[in-house]
Amino acid sequence: MSARLADKVATIVFWACALMVIVILGSMIGYILYHGGKSIDWDFLTKPPQVIQAGGGIGPQIFNSFYLLVLSMLFTIPIGLLGGVYLAEYARNSRLTEIIRLCIETLNSLPSIVVGLFGLLVFVNMTGWGYSLMSGALALTVINLPLMVRFTEEAVQGVPDSLREASVALGANRWQTIIKVVLPCAFPGLVSGAIITSGRVFGEAAALLFTAGMSSPALDFSQWNIFNSSSPLNPFRPAETLAVHIWKVNTEGLIPDLRRVADGSAAVLILIVLGFNLSARWLGRKIYRHMTAT
Amino acid sequence: MKINSDMLGKVLTMGAALLAIVSTIVIIIFISTKGLSTFINTGISVKEFLFSTTWFPDRAVEDGGPQVGVLAFLLGSIIVSLLAVLVSAPLSIACAVFIQEIAPFWGQRLLQPAIEILAGIPSVVYGYIGLSLLAPFIRNNIGGLGFSVLAGFLVLSVMILPTIVSVSTDTLRALPQEWKEASYALGSTRWQAIRLVLLPAARSGLVTGIVLGLARAFGEALAVQMVIGNTRKIPSSILDPVITLTSAITMDMGNTPMGSLWNNALWTMGLLLLLISCCFILIVRFVARRGGITS
Repeated sequence: MSARLADKVATIVFWACALMVIVILGSMIGYILYHGGKSIDWDFLTKPPQVIQAGGGIGPQIFNSFYLLVLSMLFTIPIGLLGGVYLAEYARNSRLTEIIRLCIETLNSLPSIVVGLFGLLVFVNMTGWGYSLMSGALALTVINLPLMVRFTEEAVQGVPDSLREASVALGANRWQTIIKVVLPCAFPGLVSGAIITSGRVFGEAAALLFTAGMSSPALDFSQWNIFNSSSPLNPFRPAETLAVHIWKVNTEGLIPDLRRVADGSAAVLILIVLGFNLSARWLGRKIYRHMTAT
Repeated sequence: MKINSDMLGKVLTMGAALLAIVSTIVIIIFISTKGLSTFINTGISVKEFLFSTTWFPDRAVEDGGPQVGVLAFLLGSIIVSLLAVLVSAPLSIACAVFIQEIAPFWGQRLLQPAIEILAGIPSVVYGYIGLSLLAPFIRNNIGGLGFSVLAGFLVLSVMILPTIVSVSTDTLRALPQEWKEASYALGSTRWQAIRLVLLPAARSGLVTGIVLGLARAFGEALAVQMVIGNTRKIPSSILDPVITLTSAITMDMGNTPMGSLWNNALWTMGLLLLLISCCFILIVRFVARRGGITS
């Protein structure tokens, strides 16, 4: 085969591969949204699920997912931010930095079910909390911390050195420079990073099976005393998230309208995750424009 | 006061970074302690655990005693994730080359965001699509029950695609432009430049992406559990059902009493997953240090 012909063939093959990936992605999302769209209505989104009858909704599951997200981000964002700032601003090429990076890499690639097992041992059993939102939130923090650290490090490293120098020249110390100059400047990147990390939290399921649990107690949405066991805000109650619900209804197969519930839940989950993804891009760009006035 | 705030900042950030070390060590210690109890308390040998396929975790002593050989689970995990990488790696690297070299405008405008969206789709959704679309398709058109090795590795290969594509794209982007230009100046076609200059130069990055993809496939639990049928038998064809380490842990952990041999064996399987994922990290670091073509 002549070099020219080989080049043509290769180009066609590359185009075919790229198209194939787009088709796979498009048909998956299309399939879920088409089937799920038919079963989504107000009742489905707000009513509690049924155990053996048809007609259940996913209201508590949606609430649990968002609440768990908030709880875990309360831990993930500050710790991830500080850790990322350390790596970007203070860390030198020392043995210690090397070990920190190795550990972050290790945490990042741990199978989430292993983190779930760890959570079962430490947060569920040793603390005596049982299956609870708090155990789930801490397990999710372990999973998402590496991601938040990396996003922060990238965002902070993207801040030009001239800004730091200007700040130091004006007499600010390192920490003041970081708080007043570097972090505000890295803000758009930090916001995008936090939202993308949140999207991950939303879809995670394996680690939650053994930490937040696979059941949701009857919730009383008028009970706002967080120590009451039927209060939706009680962080020490078990909570089944949307992603876990999809897995559970499919594997248990007890409800007669399984397909409707599973299709609808998958569509809601995809829509929310897509929403996170798109808003991360949009918000990041918008804040950036706002700050740089371009 | 100024000095204090500076010190405080340094201590705070360093504390957060050290937390990564602490949590890694704590995870390893706790999972190991629990996982090793199978060997220490029950006197089952490591060799028997790893290389035997006899799995009777709750057999009475009169019938020959309990046995926990996890070879079938381990082989299931290896087969499914290796096949997934075999499908996914060429496709992913082709996509990365497409994004970076063939159609940068289309690639970066359309394909890269698409890949990022693919990365964000939750694994249970992949599992559900596999369960409701792929498995029935296989049952009706190819044969078998549908819940099979085939369904498992196809689902996984789509799941790990974004991982391999994004690492490969980053690697290709980081290559110096001059190398490609030099290759064109010598009269090579674009394909020759890609095959003879760019891909070899990016080799270590591509391998890193593939190993990370493999690690992800190996550790994935729920999506796999939903489509592989979970039958504890070494499969003889890709249409046979299979079981993996992760799917066995997922299914049995909640139903077995803490401290029983069955439960301990599941923890040991968790430890095995942890060790294998640590191995993947070491491989990635080794490959990264060796590098590709360096200046």
